[in-house]
Amino acid sequence: MKLPPFQSLLEAHGEEIYRFLMASVGGNDAEDCFQDTFMAALGAYPELLDATNLKGWLFTIAHRKAIDCHRRRQTSDVPLANLPETGEEAEPVLVDQTLWARVRDLPPKQRSAIVLRFVADLPYRTIGEATGCSEAAARQNVRAGLTHLREDMAK
Amino acid sequence: MNDLETALGNLGDLGIPAASAARRFVDEAGEMVDIAYTTIDSPLGELIIAATPRGLLRIGFENETGVLDDLAERVSPRILEYPARLERIRHELGEYFAGHRDRFEVPLDWGLIDGFRRRVLTVTAQIPYGGVATYQDVARRAGQPRGARAAGQALGGNPIPVIIPCHRVVRSGGGMGGYGGGTDRKEFLLRLEGAML
Repeated sequence: MKLPPFQSLLEAHGEEIYRFLMASVGGNDAEDCFQDTFMAALGAYPELLDATNLKGWLFTIAHRKAIDCHRRRQTSDVPLANLPETGEEAEPVLVDQTLWARVRDLPPKQRSAIVLRFVADLPYRTIGEATGCSEAAARQNVRAGLTHLREDMAK
Repeated sequence: MNDLETALGNLGDLGIPAASAARRFVDEAGEMVDIAYTTIDSPLGELIIAATPRGLLRIGFENETGVLDDLAERVSPRILEYPARLERIRHELGEYFAGHRDRFEVPLDWGLIDGFRRRVLTVTAQIPYGGVATYQDVARRAGQPRGARAAGQALGGNPIPVIIPCHRVVRSGGGMGGYGGGTDRKEFLLRLEGAML
């Protein structure tokens, strides 16, 4: 199997994975999830059998790490919707905190599907691969997630 | 795209930049990195240098393509840009190019070098700074007295040029001979070492 140097994965997909994690678990945990994602990827990389969709593979790992993170948070009773502490390098960005909290309260598959679609800009096929379902089911999860959010906002 | 979808798209724009998370990852990846590499400027142009935990594995000139892809295939794809791992060789190369160092002390990883090439490059590694040997000498000492041409080919495939000094092997008639990185670089190195005036 001909695999490119791992560095090229980090350079090509590091940013979009980070954005996905930011939106999915929030600033307090995104960096740890990012480390976990790439550490797991680096560990498994040489044994990878299919190099045709490395991006989808990375998002699969990131999606799992995000779910782990949400589970940990639920069991440890940490409040969900706190804004991240912004580092010195960070540019202040206005983010809809309410919307964010609602996204994080979605069922895991809908949450990942929504974030993969609108933050990471992935096609439905890749979203399906990353979340372990078909393209049609991924489309359905995005639709259901959007409906969910619209209903929440109408309340 | 409606307002809700646009607002969702903005959720990724928070916190520290991805680049610093990537830097921290490289620091933490530590022992899982099979090949660390960096690029440095030198009088020979930009050099790409790569090392395993065993030692220096590869030096590539800027006109060589696919150096890292080749290492990914032949050694391991766990390759990351990791300058801290290459501080020592960077330092020694700096001293060498400044004329303040006549031998290298960094350990080498001979993993890319086998068979006749290994014998030829082992002999070549013993040619001292400022000296030269002929292709014929090297072939003879590598155990193939009639193998001058084969020795030339083996030297042309030296994965660690400069450090394994294949530039010190020249023609018996007085000509400089070829060089994997181009004869201009060979001439520069021989002049630097005072072997050529």
